[in-house]
Amino acid sequence: MDRAVGDSYPEQHAQAHAGGQQHPIRIYLWIWGLLFVFSTLSYMVDYYQLQGVLRWTLIIVFMLAKATFIVAVFMHMAWERLALKLVILGPPLALLVLIALMAIEGDYTFLTRVASFVS
Amino acid sequence: MNQSALAENPSLAAPGATPGLRGVVADWSADKQAFAAPWGKAMMWIFLLSDTFVFTCFLTSYMNVRISTTEPWPNASEVFALAVGGAHIPLLLIAIMTFVLITSSGTMAMAVNFGYRRDRKRTARLLFATAALGLTFVGMQAFEWTKLIVEEGVRPWGNPMGAAQFGSTFFMITGFHGLHVSAGVVYLIVVAMRVLSGFYDRKGAYETVEVAGLYWHFVDLVWVFIFAFFYLW
Repeated sequence: MDRAVGDSYPEQHAQAHAGGQQHPIRIYLWIWGLLFVFSTLSYMVDYYQLQGVLRWTLIIVFMLAKATFIVAVFMHMAWERLALKLVILGPPLALLVLIALMAIEGDYTFLTRVASFVS
Repeated sequence: MNQSALAENPSLAAPGATPGLRGVVADWSADKQAFAAPWGKAMMWIFLLSDTFVFTCFLTSYMNVRISTTEPWPNASEVFALAVGGAHIPLLLIAIMTFVLITSSGTMAMAVNFGYRRDRKRTARLLFATAALGLTFVGMQAFEWTKLIVEEGVRPWGNPMGAAQFGSTFFMITGFHGLHVSAGVVYLIVVAMRVLSGFYDRKGAYETVEVAGLYWHFVDLVWVFIFAFFYLW
């Protein structure tokens, strides 16, 4: 293993490994365009001052769409091997627990403050 | 570890056979490869994973203080509005910053592609363009901070518009993101100069451009979340 994967020629390891990511430019241009479209759409949500559940749903949907495009295509995650995908995309799921706990905690703190300080 | 080391000390080949710290070193340096990817790329992904936790902690604490405050939260749409020719356009500067960063992500993806095609000039040009767009972003952020501090009177400990936590979370989150962009600009310029000098041709590998690209796209990715949760929510 003195000669690491990174030292071989791209023609070789494009076939042997997911090391050299070579894809048609068309794909990148497509994703690039989509990112512009979704950014414009999420800006429109604010521009037209949509409120309530509709606003939050649209913000989250556009955000997740953009994040997926960036990670899957620009960062080439779609073409990586499953071993790497699991290691990188798995652990952040634990953060959902943190977010849930902190949301509950925040609500509790808010109610306590309302009960104690706001007359 | 090479063949001769194994021949001298066969116990190194069996993990767990060597006790103590020496065993730890033997295990971690053994001829094993989990990820079929260049080490630089695997390590960059691990770093980005840790950075994901850092930024999520920031955004989660922002969520927590925003939920728990009894003061009204300043309306980001109005705070970050710009007056252009008499018209009051909400979030204009932030929208432009978003587009600048997305454009830079596109040029970065192109740079990686041309790198693997061994097109040195185009790769370097695209990398410099990406760095320039990154600088533009940081410049606009400096403008935004100045406007917020000088004109709106926002401080980390308070502001005239509402909840005091607005300032602290804003400066913390966008400041840390801006720091990442600034570091990325330096990183990209170094890689671009090495591309121009033919460093990666001599090395026979252009993965470094892709690894730099991973970092840059991550910076864009973080902005997607900041844009959604801090500016739009």
